[in-house]
Amino acid sequence: MLVPLLGVLFDGFAYGMLLFLLSIGLAVTLGMMNFVNLAHLSFAMLGGYVTITLTQKLGWPFLATLPAAFLAAAAAAVVLERLLYRRLYRASELDQCLLTIGLVFMSVATAAYVFGTSQQPFETPPYLRGAVAVLGLRLGIYRVFLIGAALGITLALILGLEYTRFGTQVRAAVDNQRMARGLGIDVERRFAITFAIGSGLAGLGGALAIEMVGLDPAFALTYLVYVLIVVAVGGLGSIGGSFIAATLLGVSDVAGKYYVPELGAFLIYLVMIGLLMWRPSGLLGRRQ
Amino acid sequence: MSTPALATRALDKRFGSVVAARGIDLSLPSGARHALIGPNGAGKTTLINMITGMLAPDGGQVFLGGDEVTGLAPDQRVKRGLARTFQINTLFPRLSPLEATTLAVCERSGLAARWWKPLRACRAEVDEAHEILRSLGLASVCHRATHELPYGQQRLLEIALALATRPRVLLLDEPAAGVPRDESVALFTAIAGLSVDLTVLFIEHDMDVVFRFASRVIVMVGGQVLVEGSPSEIAGDPRVAEIYLGGARRG
Amino acid sequence: MREAGPPEDPRRELWARQRWRGLEGAFWLATLAPFVLFPAHLQLASQVAIAGLFALSLDLLLGYSGIVSLGHAAFFGIGAYTAGLIAKGGWGEPVSGLLAAAAVAGVAGYAASFIFSRVRHLALIMVTLGLGLLVHEAANKAHWLTGGADGLQGVRMWPLAGRFKFDLYGYTAYGYSLAVLVVAFLVVRRVVNSPFGLALRGIRENAVRMPALGAPTRSHVRTVCAFSAALAGLAGALLAQTTETVSLATLEFQRSAEILVILILGGAGRLYGGLVGAVIFLVARDRFSGLNPQYWYFWMGALLILIVMAVPGGILGGLARLAGSRRRPGARGPTASRVGSS
Repeated sequence: MLVPLLGVLFDGFAYGMLLFLLSIGLAVTLGMMNFVNLAHLSFAMLGGYVTITLTQKLGWPFLATLPAAFLAAAAAAVVLERLLYRRLYRASELDQCLLTIGLVFMSVATAAYVFGTSQQPFETPPYLRGAVAVLGLRLGIYRVFLIGAALGITLALILGLEYTRFGTQVRAAVDNQRMARGLGIDVERRFAITFAIGSGLAGLGGALAIEMVGLDPAFALTYLVYVLIVVAVGGLGSIGGSFIAATLLGVSDVAGKYYVPELGAFLIYLVMIGLLMWRPSGLLGRRQ
Repeated sequence: MSTPALATRALDKRFGSVVAARGIDLSLPSGARHALIGPNGAGKTTLINMITGMLAPDGGQVFLGGDEVTGLAPDQRVKRGLARTFQINTLFPRLSPLEATTLAVCERSGLAARWWKPLRACRAEVDEAHEILRSLGLASVCHRATHELPYGQQRLLEIALALATRPRVLLLDEPAAGVPRDESVALFTAIAGLSVDLTVLFIEHDMDVVFRFASRVIVMVGGQVLVEGSPSEIAGDPRVAEIYLGGARRG
Repeated sequence: MREAGPPEDPRRELWARQRWRGLEGAFWLATLAPFVLFPAHLQLASQVAIAGLFALSLDLLLGYSGIVSLGHAAFFGIGAYTAGLIAKGGWGEPVSGLLAAAAVAGVAGYAASFIFSRVRHLALIMVTLGLGLLVHEAANKAHWLTGGADGLQGVRMWPLAGRFKFDLYGYTAYGYSLAVLVVAFLVVRRVVNSPFGLALRGIRENAVRMPALGAPTRSHVRTVCAFSAALAGLAGALLAQTTETVSLATLEFQRSAEILVILILGGAGRLYGGLVGAVIFLVARDRFSGLNPQYWYFWMGALLILIVMAVPGGILGGLARLAGSRRRPGARGPTASRVGSS
């Protein structure tokens, strides 16, 4: 009884960490500029496909592709920000929605055209396969790796935000954009960099997601809701909030699928709507 | 003693450790022209928001014409005769002044819920809206989109919208704020022309407006009422000069 | 600068914007063209009418009230499944089934409005998205009711008014859809030109100011949500009845996104925007139907981006600006806006 429960918790936590990596970029950029970027997971998809291409076509080792996924997604973010996003910082939410939905469609169609519509076959490197026995539980090695990577990144983010000048400015901008501008902080420029980093992290998440949930062109839409839930529940601009929300969501989703499969995703949507009504600015967030 | 048109009793509000309002007691008799002044951060906006119902007080009560309205939603208070203007123009950019004022009149008369009645048939409401605009000198521009109007006329429209609700108590939040000198004449004429039955509370920084229109001044500092009195009393009060007018404005 | 004229003047200008115009007459006359000119494409014409009605329902919500909904297909699907289930249950009379479906969708919209009226901005967008996904998921899981991924089977419609059968030729389908569209349009036009319509635009322009005018904003939002949902349900029911099938596709996010594109393409807040958009979008899709569907999504995405960046106000908005700048040469057009002014 206990063992499957702990197993579910472990898997749920791993899934939650994946969701965290995928969501954190959106949480911060939303908190900073209130920019509704529904195309956030397209960057994740890009990272995933970069990894696929590098490992399958060019024979790169998996771990080496991770930085590449990050950089590719970040680069794409820089380009798109310059070309398109920048013009809509002060536009209505509708316009931002429409633009980013348009990007999602284009990215999904491109991915389907180039890679086909089915899930990409992926060979996990041998050292990440299998499971390790810890205290009577069998923990998947890949999941352990994922959790480790995510925690490491979380630590780096927290340290970065707390102790670097850039991080402090980002925090100021999230807290009170107008005041930050008044203090002379170039919010748009900080946003561009933050956006690139956030999208890069999404790309990394996408690469890591292949083994856990699979990668197909519909990825950008399928998981968008989960990411939005994490961001909404965790609160815009809050790393701690996103961490908790992602963990909760990951565990509930895995537990739900294990214990009550008939309900499926239904419950998650209900919970999200309920939470948004109760606390429109999220559990720990401040905006709106 | 006749019932005050607007009264508050012991209003309190805290935001975390910041005390935005403590024990605010106000009493405005009918037809009063009072001004509320105080430095930035004194809690004037918080007070106005509590009076209009946009913010719930932590303690205390708000009375409108003797009836307690503390628990009522903002639109319900408007229906009871409380109107306000906003310090920053809060208008309908793409509606014309006539449309916006007609909307206000229709909301007042309950017509706005009627979806089957064509606007064509609401002659009385449109006429009334037009009359309000005419009395404020906006008739000539009543068909242009609001965002095309010069700033001064937008401020006038702010007042028009408030008047369209036929208020008994009107809160004017810095009506002259940001209005260039050459456009402020129309504004002051409009304010001077307000009905004598209307109870008006100005929230002001501009001492010009205060001296011109107010018969009584309330000074707020740090969430509390410091002193009340006639404009000349307040102007002569050294405490007020110290904290509000500030050292830089000596003499 | 105009002087304040006699009392008739202000009203006249206000009415002028609401009168029927010649162009509108021409438009509706043109809707009869498919019967005569394109009899082979009546099924497509019927789809266009249905999409136009669906877009019109979204326009009430988005274009006039400023409520951004990414889940409007939920009401479309609810209407479709209701009509389908009624017919499947043995009652194949079209009009009563249609009205019942619209009523059910309207009730769903009213229920949803309690949620919609409580949140704004991003939270609202997410709630609408979530609701759309929730309804889709619920329908998917409840395959005992909806047929799940296989869709609803056994939908058989009786002849309309006892005489007009729903057949492959499409005359009945298009005639029926067009008639429903016209009636719905007239109702929406009436609503939009009423004090309530003015209140909706007030909510769109500045939701914060409305309570300060004494407006019961939540009540207004509830009404428009119910209305809009009922119309969307009407469109869905039409689809179910004219094609005699109902599938999960009616509830997908793609459907919500598509109708959003259609509305924005034509121009939101202009009554005819959804109709114009539907014509262009569906006819284009039909012409390019031979293409790989991936291409279609690619170009739809590109189109969306193009509209947002370059042609705010959609087609009708662009045309209005052109007409405006011709009338007043050298005058600056109104601030570029996604949504129309009338």
